[in-house]
Amino acid sequence: MSIVVKLFWSFFKIGLFTIGGGYAMIPLMQREIESYGWLTVDEFIDILAIAEMTPGALAVNTATFAGFRTAGLLGAVVATASLALPSLLIIVPLSNFWEANREHPVIIAILKGIKPAVAGLIAAAALYIGQTALRYDPLLANQGGVVDLRSIVIAAAAFVAVGKLKVDPIKTILAAGLVGLMVFSL
Amino acid sequence: MQQTKQQTAAALWELFTTFFRIGLFTFGGGYAMLPLVEKEVIDKKGWTDKEEILSIYALAQSVPGVIAVNTSLILGNRLAGVKGAVAAGAGVILPSLIVIVAIAAFFSQIQDNFYILQAFSGIRAAVVGLVAAAAVRIARPALKDRPAVLIALSAFLLSAFTDLHAVVIIGAGAAAGLAVYYLGAKRRAEN
Repeated sequence: MSIVVKLFWSFFKIGLFTIGGGYAMIPLMQREIESYGWLTVDEFIDILAIAEMTPGALAVNTATFAGFRTAGLLGAVVATASLALPSLLIIVPLSNFWEANREHPVIIAILKGIKPAVAGLIAAAALYIGQTALRYDPLLANQGGVVDLRSIVIAAAAFVAVGKLKVDPIKTILAAGLVGLMVFSL
Repeated sequence: MQQTKQQTAAALWELFTTFFRIGLFTFGGGYAMLPLVEKEVIDKKGWTDKEEILSIYALAQSVPGVIAVNTSLILGNRLAGVKGAVAAGAGVILPSLIVIVAIAAFFSQIQDNFYILQAFSGIRAAVVGLVAAAAVRIARPALKDRPAVLIALSAFLLSAFTDLHAVVIIGAGAAAGLAVYYLGAKRRAEN
């Protein structure tokens, strides 16, 4: 079996069997990659660190990187596409069913319960992201680092800029990159 | 016919470019994508609203796959069917592919590049503020009555302080919704 076919099958399985993305996917990904000997543990950890620092979803970035290291550009495309394929196959029919029945009283009641639950999850996510991102730790190596005042100021400024002053989030992110470059380089 | 084909192509291109922008500026995936979805998809395009996005996120988290990818597939499918899902999904994934391949091919030593690391530290900090701002704006319309506030508070506490999977919390929210807003309403109607 060619390596590209193996990559396809591995990442298809990873996409199919993990719910919740991101960190839920990493253990399975690591097992698949190590079982084929595609990358060493150290290489995988390096990839994870870069995947976390760069734009895009963690699991997508890790799949792209692992695919590229294993089989070049074709490997990157195949690993990433096959990770997303199960979602496409599952979501399209499910979401169509959902749309077709959205006026049903049972569905309406269920959604009325789900929406506030997700609102709670979003608040918890902000807290969770804050726990790691507000510690100055550029390599994300030391998760126990102390909370950094500069990071808190940047986070608060971003909150006010987007939440109150309606600044575009993309511009805010670019500005934060620039500010980070200046204040953390000092 | 030609006209509709062109319109479809234009709609797919718009989906693709919108989600490309979202993918390019999402640091961290999942909920980190929410502030950008809010701006690009809700405010600018009006493709969905602040309440609907909560049920889209619920579905995205309850099926297999990456949350950010699932969210784009659901929105794409709603707007333009399977082709729309593919256009939106490809758009959100492509920035990762480009950035990661560039890093893997040319800058294998990015971890040693001091200045890039400092810039990313600033961005990660800002994302906290962005997600918090989005949480406030998007959560508020969902807190319509007392049971909704109670469900939101329980979900927050369960997610922040236990290891319960998000799917379980969403399932519990669904059960609570069914009990309060369907069975409860039915019983009240019967009495």
